[in-house]
Amino acid sequence: MSAADLSALQRPNDRLWRRRIVNRLMELLAWVAAALAVFFLGVVVWSVAKKGASALNFDFFTKPYAGVDVPHQGLANAFVGTFVIVGLATLMALPFGILIAIYVNEYAPKAIRGAVNLMLDVLAGVPAIVIGIFVYSLIVVTHGQSGYAGAFALAVIMLPFVARATIEVLALVPNSLREAALGVGAPRWRVTLGVVLPQTIGGVLTGATLAVARVAGETAPLLFCSSLATPGTHWNPSQPLQSVPVQIFELIEQADQQSYAMAWGAALVLILFILFASLGARWLATRSKRKIARAFK
Amino acid sequence: MTSLDATTDAARRPFEGRRLRLGDLLLQGAAAIAALGALVIVGLIVREVIQGSRVSISTFGLSFVWHETWDPVHNQFGAGTLLYGTVISSIGALVLATPIAIGIALFLTELAPRGVRAPVTALVETLAAIPSVVIGLWGILVLAPILRDHVDPALHSALGFIPLFGPPSSYASNVFTAIIVLTIMILPIIASISRELFLAVPAELKEGALGLGTTRWEMIRGVSFPYARGGVAAAMILGLGRAIGEAIAVALVIGAVTQINVNLFQPGYSLAGIIANNAQGSASGLETSSLSYCALILLVFSILVNLLAQFIVRRAGRRLGGLD
Repeated sequence: MSAADLSALQRPNDRLWRRRIVNRLMELLAWVAAALAVFFLGVVVWSVAKKGASALNFDFFTKPYAGVDVPHQGLANAFVGTFVIVGLATLMALPFGILIAIYVNEYAPKAIRGAVNLMLDVLAGVPAIVIGIFVYSLIVVTHGQSGYAGAFALAVIMLPFVARATIEVLALVPNSLREAALGVGAPRWRVTLGVVLPQTIGGVLTGATLAVARVAGETAPLLFCSSLATPGTHWNPSQPLQSVPVQIFELIEQADQQSYAMAWGAALVLILFILFASLGARWLATRSKRKIARAFK
Repeated sequence: MTSLDATTDAARRPFEGRRLRLGDLLLQGAAAIAALGALVIVGLIVREVIQGSRVSISTFGLSFVWHETWDPVHNQFGAGTLLYGTVISSIGALVLATPIAIGIALFLTELAPRGVRAPVTALVETLAAIPSVVIGLWGILVLAPILRDHVDPALHSALGFIPLFGPPSSYASNVFTAIIVLTIMILPIIASISRELFLAVPAELKEGALGLGTTRWEMIRGVSFPYARGGVAAAMILGLGRAIGEAIAVALVIGAVTQINVNLFQPGYSLAGIIANNAQGSASGLETSSLSYCALILLVFSILVNLLAQFIVRRAGRRLGGLD
């Protein structure tokens, strides 16, 4: 800010009323903007809740999808498929991401640290649909669709989330703790795995939960990797498995009232799951941060 | 920061003459391999997407990017209309989302009463967590008819002299609907990054400005905006990247017609959208390869966008570092 600007602002009674009105107006606009965001969220959640609630019943969770205009059916196949695919994806991404974070935070020279961080950012920025094309070309073209292919695609999306969350909490652990453990003669690997990592469990779980919440609703990559499921409920990931988001997408494309109703029901279940997962992650995050802060005051 | 780095480095280096332990070798090795794995995955993504597009690249060459025909019946493919739809819908969303997002960020950092701040922040982040297929479902069944029946005609009668706001069409799924849906999706990203930037503006500077008798808005314009400018630009670019890559929601609401139409109220298409709609089986190998070519364009976009955002953040950081 230059001196000229400042002296203009300092001059008293220089159209003071106008400045006040502009100020009020801008403040009002900021209030409106915030209200707008809350309004959008409210409208989306309210529509989904209102239109989805009537679809939820016992059959909805226990019976598989059977096709257009079949009474007493559900989406059990999609719920089971999402559970299996997201579970497998978490099993792949979690250890991989934690190891990357350990490397970045505990071992890597500065230059490599920057390179790995940049790669994680690039990976996080790759659109989900491109990840879908990638796994299609890497696995599906030769081995066909499967739950494993879908899980791998979701794991690629989860990886940067898990790694960055772990890097953040590892950085919170004070060096005095590492130095103390090394000082009493513990080898480096035991310091890392036995002393440093346990301090970060809360933060790692937070990151993992947020990543699960994020990929549970991911449609685009699964369209390529695990969408041509045979009818019925399947648990075996070596064949294509249906999933909740892909099921919603297909129901929308069928464009009839019963399919729309089921899509709203599935959307409600998905949103409730994501809301609870995010709330849980938030709670875990504040708890673990408080724990680390208390332990090293 | 530097002294902290020095201790870390000292703690990291093993003592001279200390024998190498197997456990150390294993953990460090596994960690290094995992980190290398992240690099390999990015490399593999680039390789596989290029590999998948090879047939289309050799058939249509670089002119694929601007050719306007997408005709599976005659095996003629070009991404011109898709690229236009992607660019116009993303930029439209960015233009709408940026001022709202900055308003939200200012509200959360400067105006909100203490008790409102945390819940609204959480709500904005929740908006970001809603899956794109759910936004798409809501967009096509709830939002699109409202826009077609009420908003599109109103905009046309008010701003009809601008070619973008031409006569409303009977299609509820059109480019304008896609813009609104994308706006809702990128709003929370830009808002939450901007909020952090405004929080980082030093209190002394703000108090100094207020002490000189500025109003709150003048303080924001004179102190907060210049301080956060680089970061907000980076946040906008990240939001743009997200909008460009969004597939499912856009595929559902943009209308899925490969045409270039200046009128926003006509249906269109986008790169990511056409990939999503044809994911479950396309007619020919050349079509599959062309879809992969579209993914390649998206990949190049996303990497460029990310590097640009990083560059802006770093430059802004250096500039502010020099000020202190």
